[in-house]
Order: sequence, then C-alpha cells, then structure tokens
Amino acid sequence: MLYINCPHCGMRSQNEFSYGGDASVKRPELNKEVSDQEWDNFVYNRKSLRGKHLELWQHISGCRQWIKVERDTATHEIFRTFKADEEVA
Amino acid sequence: MTQAFRIENGGLINRDKKLSFKFNGKTYLGYEGDSLASALLANGVHLVGRSFKYHRPRGFFGAGVDEPYAVVQLYRNGETEPNIKATEQELFEGLEAKSVNCWPSVNFDIGAINNFLKIFLPAGFYYKTFMWPKSFWYRIYEPFIRKAAGLGVASTKHDKERYEHKYEYCDLLIAGSGPSGLAGAYAAAKNGAKVILAEDKSRFGGSLLTSDVNIGNQSGQDWAEGIIAELKTMPNVVVKNRSQIFGYYDHNMLVMSEKVSDHLPATKKYHPNKRLWYIRAKEVLISSGSIERPIVFGNNDTPGVMLSSAAKEYLKVYGVLVGIKPLVFTNNDSGYETAIEFKKHGVDTVVLDSRKNPESEIIDEAKSLGINIKNSYVVVAAQGYKKVKSADIASISEDKKKLGKIENIECDCICVSGFWTPTIHLASQSGNKTKFKEEIDAFVPGQSKQNEITLGSANGVFSLEETLKTSFKTGSELSKKITKKDNEIAIPNVVEKKSSQHDKFWCVPLPKGKNYKRFLDFQNDVAVSDVEIALREGYRSIEHVKRYTTLGMATDQGKTSNLNGLQLVSEIENKVVPAVGHTTFRPPYTPVSIGAIVGREVGKQSKPTRKSPMHSWHEKNNAVFVDAGVWLRPRYYRRGNENLFEASKREAKNVRTNVGVCDVTTLGKIDVKGPDAAELLNRVYTNAWLKLPVGKARYGVMLREDGIVMDDGTTTRISENHYHMTTTTAQAANVLSHLEYYLQLVWPELNVNVVSTTEQWAGAAIAGPKSRDLLQKLFPKLDVSNEGLPFMGYMEGDLSGVKARIFRISFSGELAYEVNVESDYGNFMWEKIMEVGEEFNIQPYGTEALSTLRIEMGHVAGSELDGRTIPFDNALEGLVSKKKDFIGKRSLQRSAFIAEDRQRIVGVVPLDKQTSIPEGSHLVKDDKAPLPNPKLGHISASCWSVEYDNPFSLAILKDGKNMIGQKLFAMSPLKNKVIPVEIVSSHYVDPKGERVRS
Ligand SMILES: [Zn+2]
Repeated sequence: MLYINCPHCGMRSQNEFSYGGDASVKRPELNKEVSDQEWDNFVYNRKSLRGKHLELWQHISGCRQWIKVERDTATHEIFRTFKADEEVA
Repeated sequence: MTQAFRIENGGLINRDKKLSFKFNGKTYLGYEGDSLASALLANGVHLVGRSFKYHRPRGFFGAGVDEPYAVVQLYRNGETEPNIKATEQELFEGLEAKSVNCWPSVNFDIGAINNFLKIFLPAGFYYKTFMWPKSFWYRIYEPFIRKAAGLGVASTKHDKERYEHKYEYCDLLIAGSGPSGLAGAYAAAKNGAKVILAEDKSRFGGSLLTSDVNIGNQSGQDWAEGIIAELKTMPNVVVKNRSQIFGYYDHNMLVMSEKVSDHLPATKKYHPNKRLWYIRAKEVLISSGSIERPIVFGNNDTPGVMLSSAAKEYLKVYGVLVGIKPLVFTNNDSGYETAIEFKKHGVDTVVLDSRKNPESEIIDEAKSLGINIKNSYVVVAAQGYKKVKSADIASISEDKKKLGKIENIECDCICVSGFWTPTIHLASQSGNKTKFKEEIDAFVPGQSKQNEITLGSANGVFSLEETLKTSFKTGSELSKKITKKDNEIAIPNVVEKKSSQHDKFWCVPLPKGKNYKRFLDFQNDVAVSDVEIALREGYRSIEHVKRYTTLGMATDQGKTSNLNGLQLVSEIENKVVPAVGHTTFRPPYTPVSIGAIVGREVGKQSKPTRKSPMHSWHEKNNAVFVDAGVWLRPRYYRRGNENLFEASKREAKNVRTNVGVCDVTTLGKIDVKGPDAAELLNRVYTNAWLKLPVGKARYGVMLREDGIVMDDGTTTRISENHYHMTTTTAQAANVLSHLEYYLQLVWPELNVNVVSTTEQWAGAAIAGPKSRDLLQKLFPKLDVSNEGLPFMGYMEGDLSGVKARIFRISFSGELAYEVNVESDYGNFMWEKIMEVGEEFNIQPYGTEALSTLRIEMGHVAGSELDGRTIPFDNALEGLVSKKKDFIGKRSLQRSAFIAEDRQRIVGVVPLDKQTSIPEGSHLVKDDKAPLPNPKLGHISASCWSVEYDNPFSLAILKDGKNMIGQKLFAMSPLKNKVIPVEIVSSHYVDPKGERVRS
C-alpha cells in the first residue's frame, strides 16, 4: 500500500485516496473549436508510461483535495507531491 | 507406552503440566510447551500423512515453518481448520488432529497403489493426461483429482471466530528474534526508538534456543531471555511472539499475522483468533534466519529422514529423541552438532560426512566424544516403507561421481544437513535484487531497495560474533538517525565453536541398476527425474520449470527444495546457479487464514449500513428492506399475506388514485454556493442554467467528458448564490468528486464551494392526485395552488414549527411534491404526513412501487443511465443545449453518437399482455435464427403497469426511434423464455406530461 504525502495533511496511506489518472492532460478551453484528434487526445489517448509519471489523486477520505503525485509506475516510488494549483517544475 | 521417546530431563517444556490430545482418533499425552509434532514424536509416531501426488508415507521433516510434510486437519472447539503444520501448532488440552491426503486411512491408503504399481505421475502429468477428451474433464478427471488432491478440507460452517486488523507505525520493525534481531532491537530500543520485535514461534531466541554458545558469560538462551525481559519493560518497545511477518509491500509497509488464540483450547471471550497488523515502519531489520537444506538421495522422503537441525531442536527444545539409532548425513559441521547432542543423552550416532578431511573445533569435539565418523561417505538410499529401517551407504569419489561398494546399516532415523539457506523472502519482496554467494551456495539480499537491512544468517553470515557486532551497530545507527540519541552499548563477548567450509555437494548419484526416487520437493512430490523430464522437453526458464513440475509451488513454497532444484537445473544446463536465477518470492511467506485477511468485514460488517431518520417507522410498519448501495430502503410495506408483487401494485395504484409517500432521504444532495454557482452548473449540466430564477427547480443531465450520461437530478435555486443539487443515490459520491475535480483543477477561477448535505436533510416525496390537498393541510398558511406553487417551483414553509423546504418535482409522473426537513425532524415530518394524510387514504410506498411508477412514465433511472448511453438514447436530447459548451459536449459529435440508427429508449409490451419480460432479455427479430442471434437491444427495466394492468418494460433498442409498432421477440435464455412483443412509446402513461402540471 502506497504512502502518499498529501500537501495539505501529511503522510497518509493509499486507502484514503482515489486515483485520478494522468495529471499532465489539459482540458481544451470551453467554447473553443477543437479538432477530433485534439479531443481524442484529451479524452482517450494516454501514454501509459513506465517510469516517472505525474498523476492525480484525490484525498477522498481526508481533505478532499485533488493533488498531483509524481510516481514511478514501475517501482511505485513517489518523488514529490503538489497541490492542485502548484506549478510542477 | 507413553512418551517413550521423551528424555528424563531437559527441554523447554513444562513437565508439570500434562496435556492429552488425539491424533487420528487415538489418544496421546504430551506436555505444555510441546508442538503437535514434538508430542507425536515423543510418542514414537512418525507416520503423519500421505504425500500429495504419490500418496507415499510422510513423517516429519522439519521442526518449524519449513515443514513440508506434516500438514494436518485441526479440530478445535467445534471448528475445523485445514492446512495446519503440526510443527507449528502448539499443543493444548483436548487438541484433535487428523492426517490429510489419505483415504481411507494413513496406514492403508488407496492412492498409494499408484506408488506400488509404479504409475508415477511424471512432470507435466496433469497437463498431458487431463487434456482430452474434453468431455472426461467434469465427469472423471475433476472428481478424481478433487478426491485425491488437496491438503485438507475447509469448513463449510460459518466461522464463529473473530479476526481483527490493526494499523501500527514504528521506527524500527524487526522480523525475527534470533541473535541478530535481539541485538538490533535492543540497540534501537536503548536509543529511544519505537520498536516492534516480531517472532513467529512462541519462544523468543531463534537459533540461540538450540545452539551451544556463550554470550556475556551466560548461555545463549539465558542471554536471549534477559534481553527479551528487558525489552518487555520498555514503553517504546512492542514484543510479539506467535507473530509472522509474511509480506513486505510498497513504501515499507509490512503485514504480520499474530496468532492470538491458536495455542489455546478455545478463544478467550472478547479475544480475536488472529490479528493482522499493517505496520508502516521507518526502518526494517530482517533477521529471519536461515533454513537447513537437505541433501538429495534415494527414498529421501521416507518417514524418519529429517533435517539434522530439526532433530536437534526436538531434543533441545522439547526433550524428544527422534530416534535411538540415528544416522547423521552431512556436508558441513552442523550435522556434528546434532550428533554431539545425541551423544550427550547417551545415544550413539554414525556420522557420514561427504567431505574427505574436514577439520574444525566441532569435529574435534565429536571425535573426542568417540562419535563414529565416516568421511567421504554418503547415504545412497533409505530403506523401509512407513519408517526408516536401515540405510544403504557407500563411499564416494572426490569428484562425487562414483560410489563405492554399497553397505547396509541399521538405523531408525537419518538426520541430514546440506548446509544453510538464508531466508530472504522479505528482502526479495521489498524489491531487493538478491545475489548468489558462492561460499554458502545460496542467495543473499543485495543492495537495499526499500529501508530494509538483512542481518545474521538471513544475510549469509553464520558467525555469531560477527552477527552480534553488526546487529548492535545497525540497530544503534538506524535509531540514532531517527531519535538523535546515542546510548552506547557494550557488545558482550562471545564464545562459539568455529566451523569449517561446507562441501559443495547436494545430490547423491544413483547406483548402477537402481532407480530410487530422489525427491527435491517433498510437499509436491517433485523428484530429480521430473526436473530432468521438464528440461528434456524444452523448458528452460526456471519459472517455467517450476510451473511444469510444480517444484516449490506447494504451501511451503519450496523452503527446503528451491536451491536443490536450482542446483539440478544448473548442472543439467551447464550454467552457474546465478545464471539460472531463482523464482520470485511472493507474499505470503506462510499460509495466512482467509479469516485474518478479511478481519471484521464479514456479514453485515462487510460494508457500512446507512439508514434514513425514518427507518424505525418503516420497521414498525412492516417494511421489507432492500439494499440500495449502502442504504437500506423500504422495498414495500407488507399488509397481511401480501407478496412483493401484490404489495407494490397496491402501493403504486394508490399513488395514481389517491396519494402516497415515499422516503427519498437517500438521494444525494450537494450544496453549491458562491457567486459563480450558476456558471458551474451551466458547464456541468447539458442544459442552460444562467437564467434560473430564485425559487425555481430545474431538471438536469450531466455527462462525462466522453459524452456518456453520468447522472441526472433536479437542482433548485434556494437564494441568489445558493443552489441545492440532487443526485441519484448511487452516484452521489462520484458527482461530488466530479465537481471538486473541475473546481480544483480545471476551473479554479470559479468562485464556488460544494459540499455534501445528504445527511443533513430528510426527504419525503408526496405523490398522487390528492397530494396538493395534503400539502395544503400540512402548510395551511402557504399558497400551494397551481399558481402559487407551479410545477418546478420551490418554497419554504413551517411544518408545525419545523423549517421545511418544499419542491414541486415529480418522479412518479403524478402531481407531486418533495418535502425536506433537517434530519433530526425526519421522523416527525413523516408521522405528520401520515397523520394528516389519513383522510386522503395515504399509503407509504417503497422502491418497487417507485420503479413501477417511473417505468410506465418512461422516466429513466440507473438501469438506463448505465454508463453506456448518451442523452439521445434516453430521449433526453431536448435537454442538450446547442448554444453553450458543457462537459462532454464535444464527444456528442462522435460518428457513432450521431448515427441514423442510434439506439434509443422504447416501451415494450408483450403481445399476450400477460407474460412479464425478464430484465436483461435481448430483443431479436427472429426467435428461430441460428446462434448467435443478432441482438437489437435489451430490456432495461420491467414492471406491471398499474395504469393498464398488464406488463410493461423499457428497452434500449437499436434505431428505437423508427421501431415503434414493430413486432419483435424478447429472449431470455437465462430464464428460458421467448416472448413475442410489440414496441411502443416509452411514455406509456400520460405521454403529454399533463398530470405533473395539473
Ligand atoms: Zn489531504
């Protein structure tokens, strides 16, 4: 079971969180012309990386904040975590 | 004859307390502190079972967790448990156990005929033999295998025992209480670290219980006892025996199974049977020790052949002689220690050492005691069927290829030692890439992967002095990092006998003309010849060899067999062992009870139960409940002898003719507040929300980004910046998360807060033509006329002093209202409604009537919004705004979603107006068409229409829009039904929706 550092609450076990997928995906702006390809990329196409991956988790049984977690998908190592509005450098 | 093999004095058992127990129906005596195995051996019982595949007689091979044979069925306090190792089961008064794998009895086993007829099941037997003919599988093969195989029978009764889960955090977790574990724990504890020390056996001390060493001028065992006693007094230390750490998981989480009650005749009141600990440790010291490995020779599975360390443990810990004419067969010094121990109790042994000229302190001691030692000698084969009677022995050439003349010597047990295998399971599970250590012919942990360090013999270090030094140092350094304290500890001086190098020899060659079975895996009956077959047939990867031969796949997970298997493969393949590599070590290290894994989450406790504030009223009024997610909802209220069908029909009919009341507390409720609340709703729902006035409700549909309907419900504008959103019962949590996702990540600029208020409000739906009259009586001061409170209107009222919210919304299709009060007043509201409603013939109605009402109105619910449908499919395209953008809108342009023959909701009526159509039935054009019959759609919901008094169903049908009036067949192979049907409009009752507006 992963041990995730919620930037709001501190170290918490994985069973307090729910997974939210790739955090690098950006939703196309509203009311903007979007090509089929762009929309497909947003809704469906994911890289399914092996290695370092920036992903979303929600601290659902805690502060209910969505957070960003930088995790290695192969080893489960967690490098850094970020608040929803934090820029990831 | 009682306990004839128990020595007069000695051992760690309590001779003042005799215990009686039964094995295979026969009563025996043992002592408190015995294991079932030691008590049986004390009584001279060596035959405990039959082997898995060949049903050969099985005795005891080990004395602990590594035991491959002595697996029994245990009976305790009216319960039974399979797969119990007799070597691990502590004796208690009244214990009962039976052999497994033998039918009809352990002494006469029908399966063993396989053995005598030499119908040996070779490697891959199951794969090859049971493949065909296919029809044989169910009738012949499977029943045969079921009867012949298995390690006992699981109880089919409800388990009365209680199991607990515990979460714990510590600085240092120490797995194993041998010398390295004790030293590491002690040093860390002295630095003030929070320490958990776990030992799987009942006694602490590990190898110190059986080794002949001196630490700090006391025996190793006394030293261990002193350390444990001191640790137990320290508030920062938890010391646990009977506790097996069986798994090392991600981020330094380890799981431990504590056997709280297995050593007692019955579990104490309020105590669990087992406790599962989830431990998050900052640092982990793995001091799991090592397991002696066997040398492979002919008939090496005969009862009486056992590990030399086990023989020594039975003697030193339990005071039991496993034989009075022992033969020791060794390739290292450990065998001598066992021989010396026997000699101390007046038993003469013959030691066969495969080495030519070994020299060490231990060997010197054995020589000085006059023990008969034969160098360059091996056991070729054990003789005897149910028990070792003699051994064929021979000298062996230096290259270990040629045997000398075979002699037969009498013996009653063969104690074998092929050196030691570090227990590296936990280290390997942590992700540590193990490495092969040539000097010990075994794998040891490599570079630490998580925060784990392996110490002592688990790390391939067999010198006690070195082990203690490193362990004290490691415990001290790791704890210092955490506690910043540094209490120096004097490392005690150690007296131990030095041993010499072991012989790299693990398998005795077959003598000419003999075809003895030489077993590698004792629990799964895998012999040398099986591995040879696998390699001959082209299996190369060790993982494939494992699966083909089942080597190392039994419940002991190859603790005694893996390395010898690897040696064999490496020899045949002409590769070095590290090139062959070992199979993956997976948790659990030993079998764990399913009960312990499940913990308290059984039966009613398997999920939380949520009840509405009106629950007790429903109970008192004969409600029959149904699970709705985690909620309990009244399905119907039984009157007299009514069944579900009759009751729900009556309740639905009463709504259509008079007035009914339904508990709708379970609906999800979300408060949406803030200046941008309307903007959020406008983006979340498919329809327009910017112009909804205060005091008005609106029905909305929300999509996922892929265009699929996520949920529906009404949202009401309570005040300028305050909206009250409702969701379906099932989707409440998902919708809240969905809103939070967009607010926190996508549109953080929106000034809106959302919070669940499901628990805050109790809800009652009042539906039926007389509902307005009822409402007026409930709120006499309000104008609830069609003009005062029009359809989709909202007002607040005073229900006899209680603040109430009144919504004019309808799910039943009738004139209807929903009244909400704060939860604590829910029951008051309900009783008031029932009391005032009496004159209007009010009846409560449950979810079954609720379904009937919505189905015949064509209102969609969860069975249509099933994660596969878009608004059009549900005839909701009118609610999809063409002007504004919203979540999922772009996906609605997908070609499949705009296809001419897109699926759509329809109504379905059986032609005979009699036969109810099972939900899930498929709609087909031709009921006689060959399979697979093309499916046009499926029945999503069925009811008995109370309006027309005939069955009516909803279906999602391909090209549904153009199918009205068509005749099709509803087929349910599951219910074996074929029903001719007609497709009609989904709005079966009041298609113009006049009633809700009346
Ligand atoms: Zn948090």
